[in-house]
Amino acid sequence: MPEIYQLRCRECGKLWGNAPRSFCEECFSPLEVAYDYEALKSIAAKEKLSKRDFTMWRYAEFLPLPEGFSFPNAVGGTPLVASKHLAKKWGLRNLYFKNDAVCFPSLSFKDRVVATALAAAGRFGFKTVGCSSTGNLANAVAAQSAQQGFDACVFIPADLEPAKILNTAVYGARIVRINGNYDHVNRLCAQIADRFQWGLVNVNLRPYYAEGSKTHGFEIAEQLGWKLPDNVVVPMAGGSLITKIAKAFRELVSLGWVEEKPVKFFGAQATGCSPISTAVKRGLARFEPQKPDTIARSLAIGNPADGPFAIKQIRDSGGWADDTSDREIVEAIQQLAETEGIFAETAGGVTAGVTQKLIREGRIRSDEATVVCITGNGLKTTDAIAAEYPPTEAIAPKLEAFEAYLDSQLAASTAVAGKA
Amino acid sequence: MAVTIEIPTAFRRFTDGTPKFDCNAATIAEALNILTTQFPGLSRHVRDDQGQIRQFLNVYLNEEDIRFLGGEECAVKEGDKVLLVPSIAGGSPL
Repeated sequence: MPEIYQLRCRECGKLWGNAPRSFCEECFSPLEVAYDYEALKSIAAKEKLSKRDFTMWRYAEFLPLPEGFSFPNAVGGTPLVASKHLAKKWGLRNLYFKNDAVCFPSLSFKDRVVATALAAAGRFGFKTVGCSSTGNLANAVAAQSAQQGFDACVFIPADLEPAKILNTAVYGARIVRINGNYDHVNRLCAQIADRFQWGLVNVNLRPYYAEGSKTHGFEIAEQLGWKLPDNVVVPMAGGSLITKIAKAFRELVSLGWVEEKPVKFFGAQATGCSPISTAVKRGLARFEPQKPDTIARSLAIGNPADGPFAIKQIRDSGGWADDTSDREIVEAIQQLAETEGIFAETAGGVTAGVTQKLIREGRIRSDEATVVCITGNGLKTTDAIAAEYPPTEAIAPKLEAFEAYLDSQLAASTAVAGKA
Repeated sequence: MAVTIEIPTAFRRFTDGTPKFDCNAATIAEALNILTTQFPGLSRHVRDDQGQIRQFLNVYLNEEDIRFLGGEECAVKEGDKVLLVPSIAGGSPL
């Protein structure tokens, strides 16, 4: 059976078959995976899908997987949490958190993109794979390379959070620390892909990689009972995820699996690195690159490659973009943990913080079904909130010590209440 | 000022295989214009219909993205290196 997908240039429409390349050599515009949707209709069926395990592979027909591909791991299939407490606090009736903080194997949504990228890497015969990364992607590449027997070599900014470096090193991946920010690392990787025959998941395998993000969107629709939400709030770094969730929704509509309806896409960034949200808010035709300065390191991409696509997606959908300060990010992380039991990394703080702003500004209304995308686990960015939780004094293992402790706590809280 | 423009592999089809191009220019804009005059096939890949540097082409002067240096009018000095790097986007309808 011929493959039902191949690479297509976004601008000139030229078809490139399937190969490890990310831009059109005719017009140098980005390539994406295009499908024959008529053929897809004939092979994909909800009934078939419902018998499979709840992982991202459930949507295999919608992904650029090689013939005979056997699913190597249980990636995806994360919970869609119907919010009770935070919904009430924010005045929403229909709020959900799509929780990729518990995505396997490496606790971020990047596991999804690496899964499809490594399927492509295997198909093209790469032995060594790698990436430029702000941390989560490196974790995912390292973990899945270990599972599947690839040699991994990842490139990261030298000053990345220690937990993210450790979470890559433990899988035995080679880590190359670069003196510079992510944009410097990314530029170097573009040059490395030009020189060496390596499978860099977010460079020469990028079109295949990006398709993995769609499964975040497929799961949202299925978990809502094969319905689309009214609003989706998505964190933006390079700007790819927001466009791929939209692509997932369009594909489900085109197959008649969900009813077509307008979905507003909202993008979230940290104020310290907000080229996309700034462009949306100021109505700019092109985003202006920035030098990142934020605790949300996983979103710290000052020159977002998919920025133009993200801006277009947000505008066309009638959505909006906004950004939050570092202080607000920390508060939102705490709020999410304290009310919903979800410990998100800084990017989750960005998304939750921006959602709150959008509600306050009346851009998201109380009766609308709103999905907030949480893309990474808080255990990876504990540095960002450690100062909020200074160690408490230890007490003796004696009942009287505990009673004294209770008295002192009571006195302290009375003093606080008295002041207030 | 003598500057060197480094040509990525994908562009070399239009530069007769040349990986590096030396020219005398005062600004980035001038250097790019000399390059595309020398290799006209490259012209439409460097600039769009409005004459702006294409959205998915990043231009660096030594280590810095020229958008941080005031854009293509920024001055170059003797021995500078100019890097052309296609942007790696995943793509979706634009």
